Amino acid sequence: MYFLRRLAFTIPLMLVISFLAFGLLHLAPGGPFDKERAPASPEIKRALEAKFHLDEPVWKQYLRYLGGVLHGDFGPSMKYRDHTVNDIIAQGLPVSVTLGALSFCFALGFGIPLGFLTAARKGRWQEYTGGFLALLVICVPALIIGPVLIMTFALKWRWFPVALWGGTWHAVLPTVTLGLYFAGKISRLLREGMLAVLPAEFITTARAKGLGETTVLLKHAFRPGVLPVVSYSGPLLADLLTGSFVVENIFQIPGIGVFVVNGTLNRDYTIVVGLVLIYAFLILVLNLVVDLAYGWIDPRVRA
Amino acid sequence: MMPSATAPWERPGAQRCLRNAPDGNPCLLLLFLLAALLFTGCARRGPRADLVIINGAEPESLDPGILTGEADGRIALELFAGLMRYEPTNATPVPDLAEGWDLSPDRKVYTFHLRPHLAWSTGEPITAGDVVYSWLRVLAPRTAAEYAGQLFYLKNGEEFNTGRITDPAQVGVRAVNARTLRVELKNPTPFFLNLCALPTLRIVPRQAIKKHGDRWLMTRPVPCSGPYELVAWRINDRIRLRKNPRYWDAANTRCEVVDMLPGTSANTALNLYETGEADIVWDKNLVPVELLDVLLKRPDFHSYSYLGTYFIRFNVTRKPFDDSRVRKALTLAIDRTRIVERITRGGEHTASSQTPPGIPGYDPPEGLGYDPAQARRLLAEAGFPGGRAFPSFDYLCDNTSHLHEQIAVELQAMWQRELGIHAEIHKLEWKTYLRAQGGLDYDLCRSSWIGDYNDPNTFLDMFMSNNGNNRTGWKSAHYDELVNLADAQADRAKRAEMLRNAETLLVRDEVPIAPLFYYAGLDYYDANRIKGIFPNLLSVNPVRAIYKVGVESVSKSTPQGAAANLPPAPQIAAH
Amino acid sequence: MTDAESPNRRAWRRFRRNRLAVGSGAFLFSAILLVVIWPLFATPRFASLLPRALTWKPTTLSDDQFRPPDLAHWFGTDVHGRDLLSRVCYGARISLLVGALGACVSLFIGVLWGAIAGYFGGCWDALMMRFVDVLYSLPSILFVIVLIAVVEESFKAWLVRVLSSDAGAAANLLLLFAGLGAVSWLTMARIVRGEVLTLRTRGFVDASRALGAGHPRILLRHILPNVYGIIITYLTLTVPSIMLYESFLSYLGLGVQPPQASLGSLIAEGASQINPIRIYWWMIVLPGLTLASALLALNFVGDGLRDAWDPRSTRE
Repeated sequence: MYFLRRLAFTIPLMLVISFLAFGLLHLAPGGPFDKERAPASPEIKRALEAKFHLDEPVWKQYLRYLGGVLHGDFGPSMKYRDHTVNDIIAQGLPVSVTLGALSFCFALGFGIPLGFLTAARKGRWQEYTGGFLALLVICVPALIIGPVLIMTFALKWRWFPVALWGGTWHAVLPTVTLGLYFAGKISRLLREGMLAVLPAEFITTARAKGLGETTVLLKHAFRPGVLPVVSYSGPLLADLLTGSFVVENIFQIPGIGVFVVNGTLNRDYTIVVGLVLIYAFLILVLNLVVDLAYGWIDPRVRA
Repeated sequence: MMPSATAPWERPGAQRCLRNAPDGNPCLLLLFLLAALLFTGCARRGPRADLVIINGAEPESLDPGILTGEADGRIALELFAGLMRYEPTNATPVPDLAEGWDLSPDRKVYTFHLRPHLAWSTGEPITAGDVVYSWLRVLAPRTAAEYAGQLFYLKNGEEFNTGRITDPAQVGVRAVNARTLRVELKNPTPFFLNLCALPTLRIVPRQAIKKHGDRWLMTRPVPCSGPYELVAWRINDRIRLRKNPRYWDAANTRCEVVDMLPGTSANTALNLYETGEADIVWDKNLVPVELLDVLLKRPDFHSYSYLGTYFIRFNVTRKPFDDSRVRKALTLAIDRTRIVERITRGGEHTASSQTPPGIPGYDPPEGLGYDPAQARRLLAEAGFPGGRAFPSFDYLCDNTSHLHEQIAVELQAMWQRELGIHAEIHKLEWKTYLRAQGGLDYDLCRSSWIGDYNDPNTFLDMFMSNNGNNRTGWKSAHYDELVNLADAQADRAKRAEMLRNAETLLVRDEVPIAPLFYYAGLDYYDANRIKGIFPNLLSVNPVRAIYKVGVESVSKSTPQGAAANLPPAPQIAAH
Repeated sequence: MTDAESPNRRAWRRFRRNRLAVGSGAFLFSAILLVVIWPLFATPRFASLLPRALTWKPTTLSDDQFRPPDLAHWFGTDVHGRDLLSRVCYGARISLLVGALGACVSLFIGVLWGAIAGYFGGCWDALMMRFVDVLYSLPSILFVIVLIAVVEESFKAWLVRVLSSDAGAAANLLLLFAGLGAVSWLTMARIVRGEVLTLRTRGFVDASRALGAGHPRILLRHILPNVYGIIITYLTLTVPSIMLYESFLSYLGLGVQPPQASLGSLIAEGASQINPIRIYWWMIVLPGLTLASALLALNFVGDGLRDAWDPRSTRE
């Protein structure tokens, strides 16, 4: 019932989000056809704007856009005139999803063990080193990690291609660049979650029962400790699946990550709202999944 | 209540929920990661093209009638032919689909004769009717082509576009028969043949457009009239071109398969070139500026003068910039050499006139140079001795390149030091900047202009009183008169003289703009391996003439297998 | 058993014992102090007392382009010949403000929002969390652009009228801060809500209610202290995330106005320096190290605070 209620909320929420995005973007000065070189006569610009219905009031444009979306047509792109938004999303989304899924697995696959280790070995050298490493990757942006990795592994040692997409080898460096930061964050969150649980009585009981330290941690402390990570994973996955601007820019990966930022800067209304809709859908669904997982992991939560 | 000693999930009733709960074993995730990685191996890049060129920004459109970007134009020139095309060595217009033409004595009527047996890549014949269709399409108000102004030189071109005339038959282009085209111009236009080579005037397939409307470029195959046809277009990935065997000059098209890659980051473009994934990089924005002093010394970096100017606009409707002495003072206080040597570092030449030198038949006038003493005198004359009482003013620049910000910082320091006046730098986001500039909502702003064709007209007519590209608020009836007279003038030498007078008024007497430097293009490719590229003012390098030494025009295929997915490292001249 | 000591004093005593946290705290405090009072000393009056390298102003151009670090310029110079050390110090001020603002917004708005949503549950929770979802789905860069483009002129005019003409120059910066603050509280709200959801079913909550405690008291005195740990940890994760977002905005050309700088903008400038041919390493390494050391220190302090304040901590 909770599940269905939440799902029913999704549609009106997406409407609200799309309207806000549409409205905000129209609020920003300038339009998609403002160029450094003005056309020879103002009529040309007017004709162009009329062609894309930009001369209509914003609410009317929004309704027209909504009508299109309900038929599955996200509209033409105003910057890439030969493509529709459907074309762009169909080409770019699989790439971003692949890269995002890989980075997510990387982040969890390295973050969780690291976090576990730093919590389990509190006070010893493993904690200090692990903690330091995690903090380091959080402080260094992908803007720097990416080029450094390219310079070392792609240019100097020629292990991987330097940019572009297509094939297993092209995916490695972008995945690491994107995933490192989140691995660090996840490890910190897990460590925190577990340390918060360790003083509880049931842990003492488990230890008193004679269970080994690792079993205690793995079987008893891990599950409540992973809750903050679970909260964080929902939005994280949504962010990753819709592509990262910096990584796609540095590695020239043909995903959709660059389109939200570039679309905003170019006032390409249709593509920004289209991508916002996809992102909103992912966020809402993934948050629902996270909330359900909460109830699963910790039955006390069931409202 | 006593604190519980059992963990929550050990209580009865909780068991059934958790029997199937996984341990969240990270090993499973790593396995999944590995599997997914192998799965991405399915999306391979395919065999490498004969020639890989990093072209510039991703094209907004490949429709030659509506595109406006330089990078877009470079690809459209390969796909669609026109009456004229560019000569590879010096970018002069030479016959393409037209094998010859007759010019009337008053120089207003051209009669073009098309070659025999012209055909689209899909087999249909190309006729003069196609030319008429293409040009009328650009002029049609419905198409809303931003460069329709290039066809305003036709009789009734502007009237048809603005809707004053609705009958397309009245426009000065007519197909006399399948191979003869009659073009009537409004005025004798000495650069009309240059215009015929531009993308806007190229021939588009009416059969495809009538059938598919705006989606005609998304269908495969697209009928192409140029040396190449469009095989694949993956946005932000690459555009693959293949030799069009039905092009009239197909025998001279050197490479079979060409990939045009988009480039957004200068460092990435350089890396792709260094590892041999790209053969040529030809976009001046794709050169890392910090490395220019090292790169220019390398033989594979080719610098050349480019038909573009970087200048400052003054808003002459705002005080104190309505006084030409103030404008001249600010212009004279700029040390252009420092900017060109320290900031842009690409071998640009400092500018005193708006039109870059090198246009055949035109000698630009001398503008204002660097004379801080004279600048201080003029400023004192205008009522601000030593910069006292001079209000703090805004200098607008945009966020598209760090160079603009760096140049702004230098200018701010120069004006402070030499004249004692304070400029506030405003870095605006691109569209906001365009709005501010268009709405005359600025004091000074940075600007640039790239010429479309080799004629000073493309740099000068924008400053006429009613031209939409003026954007300074400067109106001069005398200037308008000079430019209009020059346009109507048939004699080339007299015309050049008139334009020179107009430009002197612009850059020496009234100074609503302050030119800083002329752009320099920078292409990089290994000149020992790649032949057929010749640097020229317009930066036009037809791909049909480019070839790799020692490579037959057959596409190479790389061996399959993960490790061999990388192309072999080439022997480029070492740094 | 326990002596009559207030929890605050006990926490402070525990904090003092943690040498790493105290050391980092001292480092941070002195760095902040230095960065704040630096402009007062970099004036001609003190020029004779200080070594030359400490007297540069961050906006003075010179002919010494791209000088590596040496005695005259401890951090080297940039493309305009400006001293990098002074730019890093001035930039650190702005970055500190950015981080502090993000932390405050995250702490006050985010924690309260999440706590209220988690505590009341049901309809309130759904409504408040959906609001967070809506804001989260909108691209933050949209906010920043619209805020700056639409509001700047009128905000600037207002500032000049109310404060002084110099304050007008800060308009852009303040709007940037507002844009950054607007996006920083969302994930904190979600995380706190998750924790509070778990905690509100616990025994001590029922006990407090039985004793007659009202909702605010239960929330602030009983539930939130249990969440301090995760709040502090997440706060120490929010500050770097905000500073890096500011760096991303500078990379796009939307950050602080020239000739000002922030650590984020210096790092974004430096990022373009990484190439195989020649790296002006001081342009990227030095601002990066400054940022990294500040954030590391912040993290250790945060850890120490968490250990000191945690009511369930068994360490004494």
